[in-house]
Amino acid sequence: MSEPSAPHDAVPEQLPMRPRRRKRSPVSKAIGVFGELLITAGVLVLLFLGWQFSLNGIMLNNQQASEAGSLSQNWAAESPTAAPVPSASAGAEPAGTFLYGEPPAGGSEPGTGDDFAVMYVPRFGSDFKKTIAEGVDPKTVLNNGGAGHYVTTQMPGQVGNFAIAAHRDGWGSPFLKINELQLGDPIYVETQDGWYTYTYRSSEYVTPYGVGVIDAVPQVPDATAADRIITLTSCNPLYIASERIIAYGVLTDWTPRSAGAPAAIAGLVGA
Amino acid sequence: MYAALWRILPGPLWVRILIVVVLVVAVLYALAFWVFPWIDDLTAPTQDVTVDQ
Repeated sequence: MSEPSAPHDAVPEQLPMRPRRRKRSPVSKAIGVFGELLITAGVLVLLFLGWQFSLNGIMLNNQQASEAGSLSQNWAAESPTAAPVPSASAGAEPAGTFLYGEPPAGGSEPGTGDDFAVMYVPRFGSDFKKTIAEGVDPKTVLNNGGAGHYVTTQMPGQVGNFAIAAHRDGWGSPFLKINELQLGDPIYVETQDGWYTYTYRSSEYVTPYGVGVIDAVPQVPDATAADRIITLTSCNPLYIASERIIAYGVLTDWTPRSAGAPAAIAGLVGA
Repeated sequence: MYAALWRILPGPLWVRILIVVVLVVAVLYALAFWVFPWIDDLTAPTQDVTVDQ
């Protein structure tokens, strides 16, 4: 610590107010740099976590809202404006028919990764709207903050099972509130043809290998489908994902594009 | 390390502070829009929300 004492009459080399810069050994310097690198690494990790759980979600949600809005606008611009003709036979036929008749069988299969539908679930948030793209690949589809469609399952409105997946904890967390769905909650799926109104029926928890949930008749392999089901899959428990949470709904209504969006989501569509 | 970087910066104090602020903003931007998405792609779980098909 103490430096060799200077001769009594020596003039100090530096002003007394200025802190003296002692010569540091290379080892001390290296340790200092190493410490600063460790601190930097820690800050980077915290920044990454903040980005992952907050900033990225916000950016993805904004992106989803604008993509979903422009999809709806494009469909609205492309569709003919002929007045809808409510089916005269509604009510006269057995259960399974709707005010506007049978929903269209669904157009051509979308290409992998293409957005082909928009979903609205008021229970998930009053402004909840997400795109649905073809395929469930995490990197190309699900990590964009929307939902993905299991390619082997049916399309919206078709008899069978329209099965989709989305994240619940991160990447915008679209299905964060999948466990809060209540009996009768509507799940709207908009395509070029119009709006399919599914009604939430029940939930189920399965292992990551529970492929039965996306069968045409869930959990009944090789059965002939008669109902039009929607299946939502996501991870459970939050942040652990050792199980899958499944939510089922059934098609209860459909509205052709020419009739306008269902009242509950009219303010969201195309906005 | 950071002390050495600070000493390398030219100009009076306010210029140095300006340079540091610009550098920090540039680094944060690069992290948020290029580095973190890249790391996210590398580390993202592959099958967390789907049932295996």
